[in-house]
Amino acid sequence: MGLKSGKIVAVTGNEAVAEALRQIDPDVCAAYPITPQTDMMQRFAAFVNDGMVKTEMVLVESEHSAMSACIGAAAGGGRVITATSGPGLALMWEMLFVASGLRLPIVMPVVNRALSAPLNIHGDHSDAMGARDSGWIQLWSENAQDAYDNAIQAFRIAEHMDIRLPVMVCLDGFIISHSIERIEYLDDETVKNFAGEYKPLIPLLDVEHPVSYGPLILPDYYMEFKRAQHEVMSKVKGVVLDVAAEFEKISGRGYGLFETYRLEDAEIGLVILNSAAGTSKDVVDSFRDRGIKAGLLRPRLFRPFPYGEVGEALKHLKAVCVLDRADSFGAYGPLFTEIASSLYPYRERPALINKIYGLGGRDYLPEHAELVLNELVEIAKTGKVKTFKEYIGVRE
Amino acid sequence: MATTLSLKEVSKKEELYTHGHRMCSGCGTPIIIKQLLFATDYPIIASNSTGCLEVSSCISTYTAWKIPWIHSAFENAAATISGVETMYRALKKKGKIDKEIKFVAIGGDGGTYDIGFQSLSGAMERGHDMLYLCYDNGAYMNTGIQRSSATPFGADTTTCPAGSVIKGKMQPRKNMTRIMAAHGIPYVAQASPAHWRDAMAKFKKALEIKGPKFINVISPCNRGWRSSTDDAVLLSRAAVDTCYWPLYEVEDGVTRINHMPKEKKPVEEFLKPQGRFKHMFAPGNEWLLKRFQEEVDKEWERLKKEAGEEVLQKP
Repeated sequence: MGLKSGKIVAVTGNEAVAEALRQIDPDVCAAYPITPQTDMMQRFAAFVNDGMVKTEMVLVESEHSAMSACIGAAAGGGRVITATSGPGLALMWEMLFVASGLRLPIVMPVVNRALSAPLNIHGDHSDAMGARDSGWIQLWSENAQDAYDNAIQAFRIAEHMDIRLPVMVCLDGFIISHSIERIEYLDDETVKNFAGEYKPLIPLLDVEHPVSYGPLILPDYYMEFKRAQHEVMSKVKGVVLDVAAEFEKISGRGYGLFETYRLEDAEIGLVILNSAAGTSKDVVDSFRDRGIKAGLLRPRLFRPFPYGEVGEALKHLKAVCVLDRADSFGAYGPLFTEIASSLYPYRERPALINKIYGLGGRDYLPEHAELVLNELVEIAKTGKVKTFKEYIGVRE
Repeated sequence: MATTLSLKEVSKKEELYTHGHRMCSGCGTPIIIKQLLFATDYPIIASNSTGCLEVSSCISTYTAWKIPWIHSAFENAAATISGVETMYRALKKKGKIDKEIKFVAIGGDGGTYDIGFQSLSGAMERGHDMLYLCYDNGAYMNTGIQRSSATPFGADTTTCPAGSVIKGKMQPRKNMTRIMAAHGIPYVAQASPAHWRDAMAKFKKALEIKGPKFINVISPCNRGWRSSTDDAVLLSRAAVDTCYWPLYEVEDGVTRINHMPKEKKPVEEFLKPQGRFKHMFAPGNEWLLKRFQEEVDKEWERLKKEAGEEVLQKP
């Protein structure tokens, strides 16, 4: 497959993901509005009503019903999408587990937003982090290009016959969803061919072969179901990499389980998700210019978490700070916990600290990254950690 | 469709809800489900909210359903089937399906009147081509007879027990059928498993109509009602004859009472065989019976007025 040069556009993250969804042209979309996902679904609704896609749109009366209708539609036997943010994802929480438990390859962009209370419509990671145990595959996106590319790959990952699990594609609310960036679209035919024809598995709509979805399972067998789910999750990593390799052939853009930036010979490093990684990379460069061996790791596949590979990538550093844009009150941040787990097996491992930043859309600025990297320089030198977990960019 | 609703013809049909399910002896619900499935020749796909029917009909590696069936959660049978119905339309439009398939959501009163209310209202408002069937046994029976908004006034349940201070459920029953009629959907009806011809005619008719339909069916629960195991039909009949559970339809906004009891019986006839109303017959509690009768009468008068001249029409 030759590499066609794509169309360069200036669009927002929501626009880009809506475009990816248009190019995929799923069978059904059941969605409910919530800031900052809103204009993604509004654009998609316009595609529907202008006949640019054949998608049947269901404008449900809540996010819980959105996921319920998606489950019904996916079990019915076709390609299904929805999208949400923050409290909308929280409202779907019960049904996320049902979707993954029933092995339905639903794809859902999540425009990351803070959870109430207090009410806040801006970007942080508490929504998708709160859903990390739900059995969904999670891909996290730094910017609009990432989000567009991840959305397209999500269908191939979800629908793989060894997988058949739902996928959420995360992008930062407002920061990415509403900011205009230069990105490259693939053409319609390329995306269509990449996604391929949807292959239903045990569809409800096959009335000749009636099936029952969603039985009651008692203690004698429930755990075996979950063991099987664990087994399927263990295959996801391989599929993500295979799909990424194929995607690189059509786009020229390579993706892995995570992105490393100047990490190979780094002594200090940041681990950070999504848009703030972009900001941080600039600061890493400025430290490098001063001769300080700084680096960065930006996770992409968060569920399943690639502990082995992440551990290998970070083990040689002297000091690492994991920055979380969500907190688990009374504990370390969710990303920190995963990084700590990935480094645990090594006898020699970096000092590890946790910073909580950017909650409720609080800006993450270059000076925050500088502050953290300077602290890491100190820790690398002295081997002493003053604070293991702290909030930055906040009034104390 | 083809099969006429005579017992002779219907008895030749394959049972699509098989024996081996685990519902209690004497439960009204399996009777209703079988009546539904016998009433039509169309292939049906059903969603089922969590509850007595769902847990008893699909457990471990067993299922009593010989139709495609999905249970996803408690409050969303309507939303779930609306998704299946939408996928059907999407695939039909693309020429991938050519069969005529009918969609039914089935829920108990708990999953319909209370926790399922929102998703039901939403699905009805969106105009999906689906039938919602509520089997109303008047409480959260599966989890141990807890009060729902469908529980009759005065009834003893485990969360509103007939105590010495508060004597059972103090709120009137929610008039769900009327609420669904107010949604302006093409067809709404009330039915009883004892009046099987009427019930099956309603199921058959509803499935022929395009758009959202709602049928509420009384389902005696001998466990929760503390009645005899073999009294499901007797109590359904009493419910109708006391006008506690009138048999009526609202089709395109026009109300029709389908069955006028030869003699309107006092509510005691429905209440006395049930242990959950036992306390209402104790001295000093006459006001409970009086209030119950008043509520039934008020609704019956309202219904008759609404039906106007259009009474005594068979569906």
